[in-house]
Amino acid sequence: MSAIVVLIGASLIVAVGFLFAFLWAVKTGQFDDKYTPSIRMLIDDKEEEEKQKR
Amino acid sequence: MQELETFRYDNKIVRDFAFATLLWGVVGMLVGLVIAFQLFIPEINAGIQYITFSRIRPLHTNAVIFAFVGNGIFMGVYYSLQRLCKARMFSDLLSRLHFWGWQLIIVSAAITLPLGATTSKEYAELEWPIDILIAMVWVIFGINMIATIMKRRERHMYVAIWFYIATFFTVTMLHVVNSFEIPVSFLKSYPIFAGVQDALVQWWYGHNAVAFFLTTPYLGLMYYFLPKAAERPVYSYRLSIVHFWALIFIYIWAGPHHLLYTSLPDWAQSLGTTFSLMLIAPSWGGMLNGLLTLRGAWDKVRQDPILKFMVVAVTAYGMSTLEGPLMSVKSINALSHFTDWTIGHVHIGGLGWNGFLTFGILYWLVPRIFKTKLHSLKMANFHFWIGTLGIVFYALGMYWAGLTQGLMWKQFSAEGYMQYPLFLETVLQILPMYLIRAFGGLLYFSGVLVGVYNLVRTVRSGNLVENEEAKAPALLKQNEHEVKNVYGHRWLESRPFQFIVWTVIAVAIGGIVEFVPSFLIKSNVPTIASIKPYTPLELEGRDIYIRDGCNTCHSQMIRPFRSETERYGEYSKAGEFVYDHPFLWGSKRIGPDLHRIGGKYPDAWHYNHMLDPTSTSAGSIMPPYPWLFEQDIDFSTTPSKIRVMQIMGVPYPEDYDKRAVEDLKVQAKQITENLRSANFQVEENKEIIALIAYLQRLGTDIKAKKTAQLAK
Repeated sequence: MSAIVVLIGASLIVAVGFLFAFLWAVKTGQFDDKYTPSIRMLIDDKEEEEKQKR
Repeated sequence: MQELETFRYDNKIVRDFAFATLLWGVVGMLVGLVIAFQLFIPEINAGIQYITFSRIRPLHTNAVIFAFVGNGIFMGVYYSLQRLCKARMFSDLLSRLHFWGWQLIIVSAAITLPLGATTSKEYAELEWPIDILIAMVWVIFGINMIATIMKRRERHMYVAIWFYIATFFTVTMLHVVNSFEIPVSFLKSYPIFAGVQDALVQWWYGHNAVAFFLTTPYLGLMYYFLPKAAERPVYSYRLSIVHFWALIFIYIWAGPHHLLYTSLPDWAQSLGTTFSLMLIAPSWGGMLNGLLTLRGAWDKVRQDPILKFMVVAVTAYGMSTLEGPLMSVKSINALSHFTDWTIGHVHIGGLGWNGFLTFGILYWLVPRIFKTKLHSLKMANFHFWIGTLGIVFYALGMYWAGLTQGLMWKQFSAEGYMQYPLFLETVLQILPMYLIRAFGGLLYFSGVLVGVYNLVRTVRSGNLVENEEAKAPALLKQNEHEVKNVYGHRWLESRPFQFIVWTVIAVAIGGIVEFVPSFLIKSNVPTIASIKPYTPLELEGRDIYIRDGCNTCHSQMIRPFRSETERYGEYSKAGEFVYDHPFLWGSKRIGPDLHRIGGKYPDAWHYNHMLDPTSTSAGSIMPPYPWLFEQDIDFSTTPSKIRVMQIMGVPYPEDYDKRAVEDLKVQAKQITENLRSANFQVEENKEIIALIAYLQRLGTDIKAKKTAQLAK
């Protein structure tokens, strides 16, 4: 089953890649704030301006 | 306070992808509707090979997945990524190349698939030149996306971006690995793996195509557009992060659940089932997070059709991600596999999750980039209700058909005989359900047409803001000292560390469980001495079988159940497929299994059957294949086919490519004479001869072994 070695190899490469991405994300504080990002994405400056005009 | 930078979002590329989504959505679903009708009125292909069910069913799946959903992903990603990163896309040129390249791929698929240029691998049918094009365009998309993320003005990467990144990397890998193939000619190739191995690679791909093309990018879109439409933050940002990482780590290992009870080694099957069941948790994390975002806002759902679309989409996601793992349980799969249950399952996901979320996003986004209001809320509401009704009818028809047929296949009489020995009987039983399904599809499709009209009127009433101005402060460089001291300790001390440990363990278990047995056992595919390579004529017949998509409706995989061995013959063994480049196990039995068809009927039966299936099986819904009797076998590529097979280790004698055509003609002559003796006038060089040669060979090698044993 050489195919399985290829598949596991490929899957592991991606999984390890994800793992490093995860470590990087935690290290750089991507997940330190688990609340503000969910609010921040709601705010687009254009819409805010319009709302203020109203 | 830092100075604000002014920049412009590219809305033109969003519009282009939105229009492409609508166009290909209509085309893909129209083809789907046509094939749904062909299942109970086979004559509507009018004897034209290019619109026969078996050739355009892959066109439907490719069009709705890669053209409709694909363009939908890009539309949503290009809109949300720019705004989440507070930056314009990295390169306008790459954006345009991506757009036009992707449309070129779709057009070439729409041309080559009806012509019969197919690899036979589901959702990866496109031939090698298009595979290369896909890889190039996909990488262009990736570069454009990553570079945009790099130049972002917002340090925090919102969870949607994580989903987009995972999508890009995983799909790249899946596509490359499943496209390991050796070209024979411009539009023909053979995969380098054979039989069981090829099946494993294909369904590792097929499953993850669902995971990383239909699921992760759409979850990303959900996390952007649902809070936007509801005007409130996602229920739990923490949950969104946790379920993201859990989902991507688990999804990759669940592929073998498509091959339960087949010749795949048992341990690989169990592994697939285990990981599939584990998937319920992260999937439902996503669904609940989506639905709970609307807590306290359900009054909005009552009024806003956009939210209605999104709520049904997320609910459909939850239903199909619960159903999927359950169908991966072996005892349930024994009943559901090869039946319309699977078709019902994927359409809950396709019509509900992908379709409804796409239209929810379109209704939200198009008025915004065109600076106008949606043309008609009434029409949007009508679209929602008729679409929902369509899904209900579709699901009803398919679940009913799947259960009915699955149970009929397995039913034994009190005396211990098969209750329904004629396969056709079980098909005729479910024709009314096929009608219900087509009706459901028709409802859904008419909703889509109303939606398209509504959006076109919306576009006409507004003006595209091609470059939308926005302001944001530039990204400050992070103080490295601060990062190391504060976060360096914190990430060790806080919960994410435990989470890392657990993910490593999860990934390692998957790796060890799959690796170790394959090292300990030299080969998991037992060889059977009597299994021989196909003769050149059979090989050509097999390629005709692939070209005409016979595997769309016929499996070649007899599972080890009494109900199957009674009906079809001895169950399929892994060693029988070692020369099958590609494997042709199929995934759906609209017609009976063909693995032991060889020698079951005389050549004349096949001749009659291919010319007019109803002549041998009254009431059959298989369309006639008259062109096989007119077209000549193309043996110009036979020698190169033999050579490619030899490269992949198929043991043809040395220099056999030079003698292959001679052998082919000898065998064709035998079959022709055999047919002539039964009073069928046919020329030796017609395709039907090659197809009969292949069908008569199917599954017979193992019988030779038995005869030899008896002689001993």
